[in-house]
Amino acid sequence: MTEQRISLTTGGCVRGALLCLPILPGVIAFGAAFGTVAAQKGLTFAETLLINSFVYAGASQFVAMEVYGDPLTWAGVLAMIGVTAAVNMRMLLIGASLRPWLGQVPGIRTYPALFLLTDINWLLTLRQYNEGERDWGIYLGSGIFTWTVWSLSVMPGYFLGSLVSDPKMWGLDVIMPAFFIALLVPLWKGRRQTVSWAVAGGVAIATWYFFGGYWGILTGAVSGAIAGAYLDD
Amino acid sequence: MTDAVLAVDSMFLVAITGMTLVTYAMRAGGYWIMGRIPLTPRIRRALEALPGAIIVSTILPIALKGGVPVMLSLVISAAFMAWIRKEVVAVAFAVAAVAAMRAYGF
Repeated sequence: MTEQRISLTTGGCVRGALLCLPILPGVIAFGAAFGTVAAQKGLTFAETLLINSFVYAGASQFVAMEVYGDPLTWAGVLAMIGVTAAVNMRMLLIGASLRPWLGQVPGIRTYPALFLLTDINWLLTLRQYNEGERDWGIYLGSGIFTWTVWSLSVMPGYFLGSLVSDPKMWGLDVIMPAFFIALLVPLWKGRRQTVSWAVAGGVAIATWYFFGGYWGILTGAVSGAIAGAYLDD
Repeated sequence: MTDAVLAVDSMFLVAITGMTLVTYAMRAGGYWIMGRIPLTPRIRRALEALPGAIIVSTILPIALKGGVPVMLSLVISAAFMAWIRKEVVAVAFAVAAVAAMRAYGF
């Protein structure tokens, strides 16, 4: 089987950016909320911008602010890095699953682009690939767009407080999970998915129940992948 | 810490650098490792199963923590996606549903 060549066009980047539109309100609300938390914790505006745009991983930034204390000690620094690593561990798996898609692109281009990797552009990219898309501008465009919006959304949150007084009242907190589950639907093909997802879900819930935190994503995803690997149709 | 808007505490800068590096290592690490492992049919199947497994493992704890309104709204999202195949529509209905349920005190 010959794989179609992977290309990169401006049009692909624009398409990728447009695909992000449904989750945009979620990104903005989440980014603004981080700005508010950062201001409450006493970070300066410059510190807030730096952490938000360089780390660029929402959930881990919030958890790091939980362990942050002023003045920051070496123990505090290590704790912030440690919780960031724990929360972002899933990115190892997300990146691994992109290998078949982006593997043809020269490393000098993919490795800088991997800085932009998030659940959002990962999911969008994968969906488009499964539907026959071979322009990796989808990945790059959605990544740059989401990063820009994320970097800007922290500013009003820092100065004005959360944009909406109670994001939950408007259901903004379910945008991300609803988007995730919507993109799960086209991945279902039959028994193999049913079984591997059931394994993943069971292990994830058990891990979450006994250990809490974010380890369930890791254990669940790995168990589900192993189940999928050994299920022959 | 100073109150100047543009001031950056040096320890905080160390923390940001560490967090950025560790996160990038994860963003690039999984991708890098898969380039060094031969893509046997088994590995390929595992990679194919991985995205769904990641989504399920991420969503289920959120759904359980969120209670009935969140669970129902996720079911609504999946149902609209299966029916109309447009994620914008699925997300819009899910958000509206959870907002309505919360407004009525669920």
